[in-house]
Amino acid sequence: MFRILRKRRLAEGTHDFWVEAPEVAQHARPGQFLVVRIHEQGERIPLTIADAQDGKVRIVVKAVGKTTYELCSLKEGDELADVVGPLGHPSEIDRFGHVLLVGGGVGIAAIYPIARELKRAGNRVTVILGGRTADQVIMRDEFDFADRVLITTDDGSLGMKGVVTDAMKVVLDSDEVDIAWAIGPTIMMKFCALLARERDLKIWTSLNPIMVDGTGMCGACRVSVNGKIRFACVDGPEFDGRFVDWDELLKRLTIYREEEKKALERYLEKVGEPTWL
Amino acid sequence: MAVNIPDKKTPMKEQLPQERIRNFNEVALGYSEEEAVEEAKRCLQCKVPLCVRGCPVNIDIPGFIRQVRERNFEKAAEVIKSYNNLPAICGRVCPQENQCEAQCVVGKMKNHEPVAIGRLERFVADWEAEHIGLKLPEIPPRRSEKVAVIGAGPGGITCAADLAKLGYKVVMFEAFHKPGGVLIYGIPEFRLPKAIVEREMAYIRALGVEVRTNVIVGKTVSVREILDEFDAVYIGIGAGAPKFMGIPGTNLIGVFSASEILTRVNLMRAYAFPNYDTPVKKGDNVIVVGAGNVAMDAARTALRLGAKSVTVVYRRSEQEMPARLEEYHHALEEGIKFHWLTQPVRYLGDENGRLTAVECIKMQLGEPDESGRRRPIPVEGSNFIIEADMVIEAIGQGPQKILLQDFPELKLNKWGYIEVDPETYATSVPGVYAGGDIVTGAATVIEAMGAGKVAARSIHQYLSSKVASEKS
Ligand SMILES: Cc1cc2nc3c(=O)[nH]c(=O)nc-3n(C[C@H](O)[C@H](O)[C@H](O)COP(=O)(O)OP(=O)(O)OC[C@H]3O[C@@H](n4cnc5c(N)ncnc54)[C@H](O)[C@@H]3O)c2cc1C
Ligand SMILES: Cc1cc2nc3c(=O)[nH]c(=O)nc-3n(C[C@H](O)[C@H](O)[C@H](O)COP(=O)(O)OP(=O)(O)OC[C@H]3O[C@@H](n4cnc5c(N)ncnc54)[C@H](O)[C@@H]3O)c2cc1C
Ligand code: SF4
Ligand code: SF4
Ligand code: FES
Repeated sequence: MFRILRKRRLAEGTHDFWVEAPEVAQHARPGQFLVVRIHEQGERIPLTIADAQDGKVRIVVKAVGKTTYELCSLKEGDELADVVGPLGHPSEIDRFGHVLLVGGGVGIAAIYPIARELKRAGNRVTVILGGRTADQVIMRDEFDFADRVLITTDDGSLGMKGVVTDAMKVVLDSDEVDIAWAIGPTIMMKFCALLARERDLKIWTSLNPIMVDGTGMCGACRVSVNGKIRFACVDGPEFDGRFVDWDELLKRLTIYREEEKKALERYLEKVGEPTWL
Repeated sequence: MAVNIPDKKTPMKEQLPQERIRNFNEVALGYSEEEAVEEAKRCLQCKVPLCVRGCPVNIDIPGFIRQVRERNFEKAAEVIKSYNNLPAICGRVCPQENQCEAQCVVGKMKNHEPVAIGRLERFVADWEAEHIGLKLPEIPPRRSEKVAVIGAGPGGITCAADLAKLGYKVVMFEAFHKPGGVLIYGIPEFRLPKAIVEREMAYIRALGVEVRTNVIVGKTVSVREILDEFDAVYIGIGAGAPKFMGIPGTNLIGVFSASEILTRVNLMRAYAFPNYDTPVKKGDNVIVVGAGNVAMDAARTALRLGAKSVTVVYRRSEQEMPARLEEYHHALEEGIKFHWLTQPVRYLGDENGRLTAVECIKMQLGEPDESGRRRPIPVEGSNFIIEADMVIEAIGQGPQKILLQDFPELKLNKWGYIEVDPETYATSVPGVYAGGDIVTGAATVIEAMGAGKVAARSIHQYLSSKVASEKS
């Protein structure tokens, strides 16, 4: 069993956990993820490892459906039935020069360990953090190591009013960037990747297709990159976004839409108003 | 010769087809004591029992059948158990028609079916579980050496059990949250109830084997750490990575690998959604590609999930079909349709990326290929379209790479499987042994068990001689 040691609410519907998982913590590197199953009846869901130290892993969860709602309802001291990882290839960390990292929504948590490691490797690090509103721009005080932090919000309640690609243009128009990362909602990654392609910039994106095992044994997570079928869990999760078939990925994310809706409705009928979110 | 034996096997009770296609309960219901004794009487107790040669672990078949005939069921179980740790499983899933029963002398008599060796084996194992329960062998004093078994499939389970019985400290590492390998995530409940696999796992644990789930060797712990901590290693990670034909439209919504459907249904119990959280798609018109055991399981699973029509397409003919015969018959009884000599060439979809139809081409058989089977060749211009909202590809699996990538010293063959000495199952790395599907490619439960058994013996020899040389 994997005990929740610490839990904090970062924003409405987004919660930050430290979970006891010594072997995963010892081997985790930025860019990797784990698979969690809450209980015996539970589904296996993939979550990015936002940090790892002293036998604990950090995950930041946004409630979007039955399993993530239920996960966010758990308390310190509760246990998860299964945590397995670290999965996927770690991010490519090197001394590139100037690196631009774009995080949107819960993707900010995924960007965080990569940005920190790139800084340690001697890069100049520019970070763009985006959210719908100011309070959705999570973890922003944790990026103090970065050389430059730009914030965008849809409603202009913090930083630039607009979306992350607007901030990307500002950076790319005024500075040389050697390599970029963009992690967030699929639609956001798509537009970041399109912009990067225009500017001939390599951009790592962390794909989030639906997964089951996370170890290459089911093929649920397949994506098209450069016209070839790849399994995101073992060949990724990061791919150069310029070559990803984004529209296919967006469609594939809708496979279980009806079932997801049913599961969440049924869950909310049982537990009532999700006041904990 | 005045032998007068019933020409047919004693029938085994089964759930009726119209009932069973609505549930996931076991189809075949097993023999009663009377039926088992009756069937045992069909065995001629041959002096040269050819059946034994057909069994990959050479069970003393006439020996156990004699005990059944004399109603010494407990004794019968002892005989089997001295060769095979998992008889309840093998009796259910061995392709007997290619193995023990293929060689049976009765089966060679005109118009006679062979002795139902598999059904008898199953009966004995189930009888023992019901009447005797868990019976532990005497275990010699603990030895100090530790052995790691990677992968809790039938091969790993057998190897771990045999080593534990010799007194070794055995730790089993399994990537999934449940041990059992294909027995748990692949073969459906209606063919192999999961309670049987769990029963066997309880036995392994009672022998003192430590089973560590949620550990992916190569990720959660490194191969280096395993090699440093353990005196010997058995690798039985199977060959579970699904292959796709890669034809246009493979990533349409509605195209799945059999591995995904079966994992969702068996390991994650998606058939009980929403009581279990994992969903699975129910297709109305389902096409299954391939005709092996995996394809049969996928087809029958799709039917039980509520499909209106399930069609298996296979590029060769009925003769070349690799599935276990009994399951093919069950599939036919359940109303599954078969299109032989047919190969999909393209999947068609709508604007939302959902599958609507499969374009196929007719095949004909040409000269035999390297496998000895006649090679299927497309018949030009014979393309036709079948409407479908779900396709399940079951065209084979390959080695899963996670462990292999973390173990570059390990020598692989040209197909990417681990190379071993066929006598000992030793790999190119001293102290490291391997067997099962990761060595042979997709094969059978009993062959994986056979490999696990031989490897356990080799590991024992290796560790004994190491201890001896360290002492001298
Ligand atoms: C490699 C990887 C890393 C991830 N890291 C994080 C993370 O750090 N934090 C976080 O909150 N989420 C992360 N996700 C997404 C997370 O796995 C899903 O939100 C979760 O599986 C949804 O489960 P649910 O039952 O709550 O919702 P569901 O009801 O199953 O789904 C609700 C919505 O989420 C979408 N969805 C379903 N499954 C996934 C999926 N596997 N990935 C993305 N969207 C999905 C569906 O399209 C649907 O619109 C990651 C996904 C992947 C593949
Ligand atoms: C759907 C289906 C139906 C079948 N039907 C039959 C049948 O009727 N009769 C028959 O004889 N055979 C059948 N087979 C074949 C048979 O199941 C296999 O040949 C047999 O299970 C192989 O056993 P194994 O011990 O090599 O490994 P597997 O059973 O494949 O088990 C390997 C285990 O290793 C684990 N693993 C993999 N990588 C790692 C890692 N890095 N770290 C830790 N653990 C890892 C896996 O999760 C898995 O649990 C079928 C196969 C399938 C898929
Ligand atoms: S283990 Fe399989 S092959 Fe051997 S006797 Fe039993 S059913 Fe036949
Ligand atoms: S070959 Fe057939 S008849 Fe002869 S011993 Fe074996 S099972 Fe009995
Ligand atoms: S999640 Fe199963 S292969 Fe990637």
